[in-house]
Amino acid sequence: MPDLGPYTFEVLLAYGGALGMLFVLLALSIWRSRRTQRRLTEVEERRGRL
Amino acid sequence: MASIWEYANPRKFMTTSEVVLPWTVGIAAIATIGGLIWGFFFTPDDFRQGATVKIIYLHVPTAVMAINAWLMMLVASLIWLIRRHHVSALAAKAAAPVGAFFTAIALFTGAVWGQPIWGTWWEWDPRLTSFLILFLFYLGYIAMWEAVENPDTAADLTTILCIVGSVFAIISRYALDFWNQGLHQDRFALFDGESDVSPVFAWPLVTCLTGFGFLFVALVLYRTRTEIRARRLHALLAQERLS
Amino acid sequence: MKAVIARDLRLAFRAGGGFGLALAFFLIAVTLVPFGVGPDTDTLRTIAPGILWLGALLACLLSLDRIFQLDWEDGTLDALATAPLPFEALAFAKAAAHWLTTGLPLVLAAPVLAVMLNLAPAAFPWLIGSLLAGTPALSALGTFGAALTVGVKRGGLLMSLLVLPLYVPTLLFGALTVTRAMGGFDALTPLAFLAGLTLATLAVMPFAAAGALRVNLR
Repeated sequence: MPDLGPYTFEVLLAYGGALGMLFVLLALSIWRSRRTQRRLTEVEERRGRL
Repeated sequence: MASIWEYANPRKFMTTSEVVLPWTVGIAAIATIGGLIWGFFFTPDDFRQGATVKIIYLHVPTAVMAINAWLMMLVASLIWLIRRHHVSALAAKAAAPVGAFFTAIALFTGAVWGQPIWGTWWEWDPRLTSFLILFLFYLGYIAMWEAVENPDTAADLTTILCIVGSVFAIISRYALDFWNQGLHQDRFALFDGESDVSPVFAWPLVTCLTGFGFLFVALVLYRTRTEIRARRLHALLAQERLS
Repeated sequence: MKAVIARDLRLAFRAGGGFGLALAFFLIAVTLVPFGVGPDTDTLRTIAPGILWLGALLACLLSLDRIFQLDWEDGTLDALATAPLPFEALAFAKAAAHWLTTGLPLVLAAPVLAVMLNLAPAAFPWLIGSLLAGTPALSALGTFGAALTVGVKRGGLLMSLLVLPLYVPTLLFGALTVTRAMGGFDALTPLAFLAGLTLATLAVMPFAAAGALRVNLR
């Protein structure tokens, strides 16, 4: 860890918060994709069976 | 030579994006993580701003992409308006949350950076204020997509919103400059001319800009694939309800 | 087009027409300010331009969903769609009616409320002027927002989210005009910007609103 001097809190807060938000965006995108895939497969199986 | 309009076909888009996506993700990961590590660990402090200058590697790329995301949405919306390609409309829909998050990150990092430098978490500086308004536009755009039942109607209405929002963004920018007379403009002068930024800062910054650019593309490709599937799901469920 | 305006005016003035509501809200909102901020007359004088403009803006916002919602619900909007009147003219007429029933009364009420907030005498004509120049923009932008969300159930909140960012430049220049006038500075420049903004809005909004109406009435 480099010496961030008097600004340690701010820099870490900025990095932590930004990366955290990026993580949330990625997680939401992946979750939505998986959920849609799952539901689509369900419906298509239903149709296949008819 | 295949025309780009071929990708307007959902199936073609899905097969092509399946191939392209891993590469985009790979470049995004390398450039973003590499650039951030470079900037965070291997650059010196700024004479005036100390270690807070390291925030630049997050703040500038996300701010730049926040604007670019909206521009991409505008182009995609216009393509929908003129050529009625569903993939285009869905791409705009997919890009909005990415743009919104980037705007939020830009605002957050800007505020945290501003606190030790300006002495306050928030300033009604033209640039910060117009970013706040941009964030509100993103929220409105996303809310509109969620609020309207019919996907084509939603696509049309959000297109109108995107166009009007773009015109207003430009007008607001001038209005806000007038309002606050750009009191803090010189604090951002650093970023206006790359020649003013010394190479030791500029190169990691360019790397991060590239990384976030590819990150945006990767996320939009990924999310558009989800939107295409969701549209198909919506159509199939509607069919089921009728039969 | 005159018929549309006349009809909207008649409906607004009828009982339950909501004519007085915007005005009443304006009064209440402005009255509330000293309770929240403290009765110190100097403070009130300083923030008066912003409060008056903000109050007018919010009062406008509240009455926006009336523009199309009632007609949408009882089928009148569909009937108007088949009439020879082009959508652009309809949108303009609706915006004009909204301004006459909401914007204009607010302009007339503002000086009275300004007295309560201790606004400097020099600023009164600028207050009226800025509101006269700005409220038509608020009506036009509001009409656009209403047209966009007319098909959305309980779309009032969404409409506010869409319209409020659009209101920012008008609010900015309007309040700035009055603040500058109070300080004895040049208030004509922001007023000119405001007027230009309103004219641009009036020119563009009917087309955007018409586009939205066409989509919603398909």
